[in-house]
Amino acid sequence: MTRPTRPQSAPAEAATSATPVLELRGIRKSFGSNVVLDGIDLAVQAGEVVVLVGPSGCGKSTLLRCAIGLEQIDGGEVLLDGSVVSGAQRDQQARTRMGMVFQSYDLFPNMTVLDNVTLAPTLVRNADKAQAEERARALLARVGLAEKADAWPNTLSGGQQQRVAICRALAMDPEVLLLDEVTAALDPEMVHEVLQVVLELADEGLTMLIVTHEMSFARAIADRVVMLDGGVVVEEGGPDFFEHPQTERARAFLRTFEFHRVGR
Amino acid sequence: MGAEFLFQGATIQRLLAGLGVTLRISLISVALSVPLGVVMGVLFTRKNRVLRAVLRVYLDFIRVMPQLVLLFLVFFGSASSLGLNFSGEVASIIVFTAWGAAELGDLVRAALEAIPQSQYDGAFALGLTSKQTFARVILPQALRSLLPPSVNLVTRIIKTTSLCMLIGVVEVVRVGQQIIDFNRFDYPMGALWTYATLALLYFVICWPLSLLSRWLEKRSSR
Ligand SMILES: Nc1ncnc2c1ncn2[C@@H]1O[C@H](COP(=O)(O)OP(=O)(O)OP(=O)(O)O)[C@@H](O)[C@H]1O
Ligand SMILES: [Mg+2]
Repeated sequence: MTRPTRPQSAPAEAATSATPVLELRGIRKSFGSNVVLDGIDLAVQAGEVVVLVGPSGCGKSTLLRCAIGLEQIDGGEVLLDGSVVSGAQRDQQARTRMGMVFQSYDLFPNMTVLDNVTLAPTLVRNADKAQAEERARALLARVGLAEKADAWPNTLSGGQQQRVAICRALAMDPEVLLLDEVTAALDPEMVHEVLQVVLELADEGLTMLIVTHEMSFARAIADRVVMLDGGVVVEEGGPDFFEHPQTERARAFLRTFEFHRVGR
Repeated sequence: MGAEFLFQGATIQRLLAGLGVTLRISLISVALSVPLGVVMGVLFTRKNRVLRAVLRVYLDFIRVMPQLVLLFLVFFGSASSLGLNFSGEVASIIVFTAWGAAELGDLVRAALEAIPQSQYDGAFALGLTSKQTFARVILPQALRSLLPPSVNLVTRIIKTTSLCMLIGVVEVVRVGQQIIDFNRFDYPMGALWTYATLALLYFVICWPLSLLSRWLEKRSSR
């Protein structure tokens, strides 16, 4: 899996000056006495792909869920284009500016693929039905599923369902797309087709925050890598994170994958 | 043959009129049960513990009581203790509505709880309001799994309304008995033929419902 250098790849100096599309400031989240996120700062610039890694249970999913508002945060704030959207003022409008694709196949089984993709634009944005369908068909064609528009979700493979789920999120034109281990529940032979789609989206300049356990994919797609552990960011770096991790914890984390490889 | 009496006078018409009473009680009860049951089922899935406990007690009470006891309770009990004078038919509708709503409420609860959290999360992430999520995503899925057992519930209600004759309602089984009594001396085999006719009537009504339920079941597991 390779990825050409993107023309719009955010240069380091630009990244520090521009307002990030998505910014998380001091996010804190506990479940009962279990402190999962203990002050997370993270910014995603326009066109940037940030990959979030870390051991299982370190709170990667929780962080994404906090960002989009699926979990109430206990502290800190979420900003979109520089304005705070977390807290009481989080409204439907702010929610629609972010998209999220989950690990579980969560297509709506009571409607066709096409209706899955057009539901939110027509319902939330009051988009014209015909236009929404045209757009949906274009999106489906782009992920190689043009002929599946009228199929029911449960007749599709897991990989196809995840590609539809990506289309469904894209149909709302999110400013930033959050992906939470979108291939973790897939059979190995379907992982590639889904990741290839994500890679293409990155090349087209879509801003994304990605959680993945697929290290070769992470290496290929990441503009920046953020490693989470113990409720805090332990390391943040470019794609060379994988070759030259700075901290012992990151090295230990990456070794767990080497071990898996050797053991296979 | 000994079954000629069935075709004499107004016997058939009387049986059909009795069947009409049976169906009237059943259908009115079902029609009232549906909205009540849906509301109850939705309330059941609320986090409120007190509300859930109250509903649970109500459901269990209705379930452990024989329907006949409920009928006596409403018909005789309400008259003697509350001074209310329900007709047998009204009392029957009250009991079968209370029963239907409780059972349906439980079915709605189960159907709603069977829908995974990821469906709510997916809709939320797309920006749907909770009302839109319920109407477009949750309810249609719940209905699918709900319909087959609901149709079975209707069948059970229709069959059980035969108990209403014990509080003086002249429904189809009671009409059958009247016919048997009337023809007792002229037609010794009358009871057999009459009950066979009753069986046929129930079969004609309930069998299609049973088929419908099975068809819905097959369709919902698609
Ligand atoms: N709804 C919840 N209620 C209670 N605890 C939760 C809840 N969701 C997550 N947790 C806890 O929060 C911690 C972080 O979970 P999370 O799913 O965010 O981890 P993760 O980094 O995504 O792990 P994985 O790589 O396995 O997906 C875990 O200890 C988990 O048990
Ligand atoms: Mg996770």
